Amino acid sequence: HYEEAYGEARLKCPHVALKQHRKPGFFWWLVLAMAMMRFYIQKGTHKGLYRSIARTLKFFQTFALLEVGHCALGIVRTSVIVTGVQVCSRIFMVWFVTNSIRQIQNEESVILFLVVWTMTEITRYSYYTFNLLHHLPYFIKWARYNLFIVLYPLGVAGELLTIYAALPFVRRSGMYSMRLPNKYNVSFDYYYCLIVFMLSYIPLFPQLFFHMLRQRRRVLHGEVIVEKDD
Amino acid sequence: MKHYEVEILDAKTKDKLCFLDKVEPNATIGEIKSMFHKSHPQWYPARQSIRLDPKGKSLKDEDVLQHLPVGTTATFYFRDLGAQISWVTVFLTEYTGPLVLYLMFYFRVSFIYAPKYDFTTSKHWVVHLACMCHSFHFMKRLLETLFVHRFSHGTMPLRNIFKNCTYYWGFAAWMAYYVNHPLYTPPIYGEQQIRLALIIFLFCQIGNFSIHIALRNLRPPGSKTRKIPYPTKNPFTWIFLLVSCPNYTYELGAWFGFTLMTQCLPVAFFTLVGFIQMTVWAKGKHRSYLKEFRDYPPLRSPILPFIL
Repeated sequence: HYEEAYGEARLKCPHVALKQHRKPGFFWWLVLAMAMMRFYIQKGTHKGLYRSIARTLKFFQTFALLEVGHCALGIVRTSVIVTGVQVCSRIFMVWFVTNSIRQIQNEESVILFLVVWTMTEITRYSYYTFNLLHHLPYFIKWARYNLFIVLYPLGVAGELLTIYAALPFVRRSGMYSMRLPNKYNVSFDYYYCLIVFMLSYIPLFPQLFFHMLRQRRRVLHGEVIVEKDD
Repeated sequence: MKHYEVEILDAKTKDKLCFLDKVEPNATIGEIKSMFHKSHPQWYPARQSIRLDPKGKSLKDEDVLQHLPVGTTATFYFRDLGAQISWVTVFLTEYTGPLVLYLMFYFRVSFIYAPKYDFTTSKHWVVHLACMCHSFHFMKRLLETLFVHRFSHGTMPLRNIFKNCTYYWGFAAWMAYYVNHPLYTPPIYGEQQIRLALIIFLFCQIGNFSIHIALRNLRPPGSKTRKIPYPTKNPFTWIFLLVSCPNYTYELGAWFGFTLMTQCLPVAFFTLVGFIQMTVWAKGKHRSYLKEFRDYPPLRSPILPFIL
C-alpha cells in the first residue's frame, strides 16, 4: 500500500519550476542574514534585532511548508518525516514561542538559533541550487555535510534555552491555556505542553542527527549504507 | 506422480536458505512453510512471507504448488515478517485496557484527582450512565472477540500491539479523566440531550452486534471464504443495501452518541480519529469487494450511505 503510493509520487516535475522555487528561498535567507548583520553593526547590540526581522522570518519560515510538499512528491531526495519534523518545530518556535512571548525576544539564545538557522539554510539552498545546475563546487558539498555537526547541537541549544527562558512568563500569564470547569470538559496547559515539547527533543534530535551522519558517510565517503526497509 | 523440487531464497540477499526435494504437486504453500520451519526453527510459519518474486505479493497458504506458474524446480523468495502475535491476543489486550482504566477514573482511585476526591462518586447521574455505556461497549467487544469474530489472518506483527494499546489505552485514560472529573460540566441541553444520546448509542450497539453476527454467519467455522454480505431478516442488517461496512457505520454512530451524552471534547476527538481510521478501512474493504465480485451491488457506499 505504502510502496504503491510512494512509487506514484516519484513524478519528475519539470526542473524549471523547482529552480524558480529554490531561488526565492535562498534569497530570503541571504536577506535575513544581511539584515541581521547590518542591525548588529549599526546598533552594536542584539537587543531589538528579533523585532526588526520578525515579520520576514515568520513569512518565509511558513513558506517552508512547501519543502515538505516537495519531499512528499519525491522532487527532493530527503525523507518527508525528517523535513516535516524540522519544519514543524521551526514553525512552532517562530509562531508560538518567540512571536507570542515578547519578554524573551531579546535573549541571546534567540540570536543563537537564528544565526544557526540562517547558516544552515544558506548552505542547504546553495547545495540544492548548484546540484540542480549540475555544477556543485566541492566546498559547498563539504559545508552541507560537515557544518551540521556543529550547527545542529548549537541550534538545539538555542531553541531549548529560549523555551526554558519563556516558561516562567507562560506560567504567570496562563496564555493559550484552558482550565476546568468549562462546557467542553477539556483542559489544556501550555506550560506543560512546552515542557513536553522540550522533552521530545530527547528522542527526536539523535534520530535527525544520525540520519545526517549516515547521509554524510554516503555522500562524502561513498559508503553503501543498507537502509532497514519495512 | 511427478514430484517437485522447491528451493527457497532470501528475498533481499538471494542466499539459498532451503532446498526441499520430493515435494508433492498438490502440496500447499502452508505445508511448504511448515517444512521450511523445520530447517529454520526460528521462523515459524506465521512470520514467513513466501513469494514468487522478491518484490512481489505474498502467496497464500491455500495456494497449491502445481497451480502456481513454476516449473518442476520451483524457486520461492522468503521474507521475514518479524515476530507475530495473534489477532485474538491483540484484541483482548487492547480492549481490556480501556475497560479497566475507565473504571479506575470512575471510582476516582488515588493519585488521579486531588486527594479530597479519592473514592468519591460524581454527583451527576450522566456520569454513571456514561460509565455503564463505556464498560458495556468494551465488554461487548471482548465477548465478540472470543465468541463471534472469525479472523481471516491468524497473526499480525508484534509491534502492532504496542501501537494499538497506546491508542486505545491512551484515549480511554484521556476521555475518562474529564468525564469523571470532580469539575465535570453535564450537557447543556440536560436530560433531553442525554436521552437522545442514549437512544442513538443503544441503537448503534444493537446494529453493530447484528452486523457482526451476520458477517460471522457468512463464513463457515474454520474457513476463510469471502462472500458478499446481504440484508437478512434482522432490520438492523438492512443497511447492507446502502453500505459495504455497516459495522463501522454503527460504531461511528455509537461513539457519536457517547460524545453527545458526555459533551466532552476529548471524546469528540476520539470519535473523529476513529471515524478517519474506519473510513480508510471501509474504503479498502469496499475496493476489494469490487475487485473480487463482478456482481457487487452498485448502490453501496463504503461507510456513509451516498456520502463516503
